[in-house]
Amino acid sequence: MKVSDLVKEFQLTVFSGESGLDREVEGGYVSDLLSDVMGFSRENQVWITLQTHQNVVAIASLKDLAAVILVKGFRPEERMLEHSNNEGIPVLGTSLSTFEIAGKLYRLLCPEEILPPAV
Amino acid sequence: MKVFRADLHIHTVLSPCGDLEMSPRNIVEEAARKKLELIGITDHNSTRQAEVVRQLAHQRGIAVLTGAEVTTREEVHCLAFLPDEERRLLFQHFLDEQLPVIPNSEGRFGYQALVDASDNILELEERLLITGLRAGIGEVEQEVHRLGGLFIPAHIDRSVNSIFSQLGFIPPGLHFEALEITRFVSEESARQRFGIAEAVTLTASSDAHYPQDIGAACSLFYMHDLSFAEIRLALLGRDGRKVMPQPKENR
Repeated sequence: MKVSDLVKEFQLTVFSGESGLDREVEGGYVSDLLSDVMGFSRENQVWITLQTHQNVVAIASLKDLAAVILVKGFRPEERMLEHSNNEGIPVLGTSLSTFEIAGKLYRLLCPEEILPPAV
Repeated sequence: MKVFRADLHIHTVLSPCGDLEMSPRNIVEEAARKKLELIGITDHNSTRQAEVVRQLAHQRGIAVLTGAEVTTREEVHCLAFLPDEERRLLFQHFLDEQLPVIPNSEGRFGYQALVDASDNILELEERLLITGLRAGIGEVEQEVHRLGGLFIPAHIDRSVNSIFSQLGFIPPGLHFEALEITRFVSEESARQRFGIAEAVTLTASSDAHYPQDIGAACSLFYMHDLSFAEIRLALLGRDGRKVMPQPKENR
């Protein structure tokens, strides 16, 4: 699955970093503590957050993350946009909350983990 | 050159988490008992209690930096100090504009009392003060410096609400006079853990919410006098002036 597939599937806004839309997605990570993401996120994960600071892209780049999704209609700060374009890391947006978009992403990426409804 | 003992991070009854005993009078008494010569009054997102403390402390020969512990949009806690009363009021106006209106219903997070020099309650702050401002850390820093103030990211070794916990690393282009460490870490280990150059000043302060904690950590300022200009130069390490953090529990 590619970042561009997520954009289509969830109708995400593409704010910046278009050159990275064909990056491969292998999972997700949810946190608003950047130190936590620095320590525990893994390569090719999509990072869901409400933080809009320039450091978000720097950390996504450092950890080789596939993309960043900003929740609840948050928009990236100017410096974040610049970094995103320079680094080719897409910054995407949704009006959904973290819970909702993380649930949808999990369902899409890990369908085998979701138990069928009890009959 | 003289040496001054300073604790630049003290909360009052105005902070919801500040003990009711943290009235201006008690703070000044305790600071005098702890032989502090310079204190910083830093309530969460409000400077309103600071001026009363400054006036009271002045009578006891203690200097006060008036400011606040600002919670930025990213929930980084940063100390901000203003050079005079006029600019404190301008900064207060900025805080009032940037603070989201979330009622502190029935003092659920603790009472936020503004008191006078005799401990009389003047008003209760209705808005919850511990929430994050709408302004990001860069905006707050620029406003503080536009007003000629001092900007010090607080308790950088804490695992929440520190510049490192919230932002991973210090954003390039952010200007600050010093970084603050808590009483729970030594200067050497803080520098090593966060990769902080010797040229960057570290202050140690108590972050006191209770009277007995005032002065639990302090910093020694080597400078000529207690003026705002001298304090700035000491923080910047200019012309032989310097600041030596004394995080007590590691001495």
